[in-house]
Amino acid sequence: MEKSTTQYIDSHDTFNFAKEAKILALKLVNRANSSHIGGSLSIADVLAVLFNGVLKLDPKNPKSPERDFLIYSKAHCSSIYYAVLGLKNFFSTELLEDFCKEGSIFTEHINCRVPGVEYGGGSLGHGLPVACGIALAIKKQGKSNQVYCIVSDGEMEEGSTWEAILFASQQNLSNLTLIIDFNKIQALGKVVDILNLENIENKFQSFGWECLRIDGHNHKEIIGAFQRSHSELKPLAIVCDTIKGKGVSFMENNLKYHYSSPNEEELKSAIKEIENETYIYK
Amino acid sequence: MRPTFINKLIAEAQTDSRIFLMVGDLGYNMIEPFREKFPKRFLNAGIAEQNMMGVAAGMAMQGFIVYVYSIGNFNTLRCLEQIRNDVCYNNLNVRIVCMGEGYSYGSAGMSHHATEDIGVMRVLPGIVVASPANNIETEKIISLSFIHTGPMYIRLGKTRKLNAENYNPEYLEKVSNMMIGEVLPVINNNKTNAILSTSSLVEDLKDQIETSYNDYDLYSVPFLKPLSKIHLKAIAEKYDSLICLEEHQENCGMSSAIIEIINDMYAKGEIRRYPIIYRRGIKDKFQHLGGSQSYLREKEGLGLPIMLD
Repeated sequence: MEKSTTQYIDSHDTFNFAKEAKILALKLVNRANSSHIGGSLSIADVLAVLFNGVLKLDPKNPKSPERDFLIYSKAHCSSIYYAVLGLKNFFSTELLEDFCKEGSIFTEHINCRVPGVEYGGGSLGHGLPVACGIALAIKKQGKSNQVYCIVSDGEMEEGSTWEAILFASQQNLSNLTLIIDFNKIQALGKVVDILNLENIENKFQSFGWECLRIDGHNHKEIIGAFQRSHSELKPLAIVCDTIKGKGVSFMENNLKYHYSSPNEEELKSAIKEIENETYIYK
Repeated sequence: MRPTFINKLIAEAQTDSRIFLMVGDLGYNMIEPFREKFPKRFLNAGIAEQNMMGVAAGMAMQGFIVYVYSIGNFNTLRCLEQIRNDVCYNNLNVRIVCMGEGYSYGSAGMSHHATEDIGVMRVLPGIVVASPANNIETEKIISLSFIHTGPMYIRLGKTRKLNAENYNPEYLEKVSNMMIGEVLPVINNNKTNAILSTSSLVEDLKDQIETSYNDYDLYSVPFLKPLSKIHLKAIAEKYDSLICLEEHQENCGMSSAIIEIINDMYAKGEIRRYPIIYRRGIKDKFQHLGGSQSYLREKEGLGLPIMLD
């Protein structure tokens, strides 16, 4: 096993890893002319921390019974997830040349045939119930693996997600951590104008969860949230305030990049901006 | 069939710690003995079927064989996408056990009529669809569910207490040796016409043939998917006509499944002749009236004499 949650995680390292992953994701969507780069950039920092010290995973043995489980339910934001898995050596990043090509396993919504992908997705509201089932089974089996689930904010509108939120606290699934990528923009506009999720921490707390709200781009805060000891009886929700398209000025909070991919010129400019990002977190 | 199901499950759970029973807040006066014996392997997931099916998938990923019990359409149509994406796509050991075949809950109204379930479930890749005729078949199907790999849908009904002596030894032996997909001869008098049916309607038809309409042989079709080509070939080549009778929509159900296979065998030259096949089920309609299962069967013409229109 690679790492555990108790080890020291250097936020400079995770910050630099996130930059590398974002650049690779931008290249992937540019080459494939595929969608969802905005939501990929918003979750990049959280994924960088998860894969560099939080998740117990072995790229050489991705199905190890000792592993932690990550259910990536916002499966449409695949470019960043594949980029992270490639950079962590679950497979060669050269294979990502096939991203979204005909006959490729690297489908636009994540595919469980890809090494390191625990669960394929694409239809929102499926991930959290499955994560609950894995967490419950692990508890029943007396094992200590941790289960993480990443959902988009739009996905929080699905009834099945709220069924699972009720269920997780009823079953005291303290081995379950839900991460909400709260970038506040969904497919046709602002979440607040469609089905408002605020005051989301109170919602979780009233459903019997422990809930943290953090800056989802501040690596120190992200690391702190994962390493903070929490209730042994309650599931944990980490609401990450994020920016859709984070790190690329013309993509930030721009609905267009829920759909469009950068052209060659935009790609160059985007990569330059990411490369020039500086570590500013206190 | 419910007591047969639960008793068989309890017996197996004594030695197989993978067996897990999950219910959607239904099963009163049925699940209690399982819950008492195996409290850690029983869960009432509440009235939240989409989550229940997703949880079942997650637990099956970790090695449990999860029986998801509910009535009517609640553990099928209500959570169909979870069955498709989470259970079937991942080929998981989830057994969806539905109580309420056809008009079993006839008086409860149309919400409780499971009259489209076979069509909806059998289109999903990789799932076994089972619809036993009686407790003998139910017990065997539950036994097969302990050793099968992959998802299964098991459709149960209410049946009267069954006396095995009323069945011919050939049928009883075939049930006892049954593999998934087989078709069973219930009445085999070498007639020229045969009736094929599924679910507890088979029991009604057996009574009707034995008392009044002895011109037919009768087959039970306990599996709608897969269906044995070898068995269907033998039946297709033996009879002049086949009458497919089912307590399900006439489209997409048992008769459609049978015709698809016979048609393909004929097209490929795998059978010598194509018998006349009549279909009789529910005529593309919802049932507006309440009533007992036997009343609604009679009202819809699901019995003998056969009314073809």
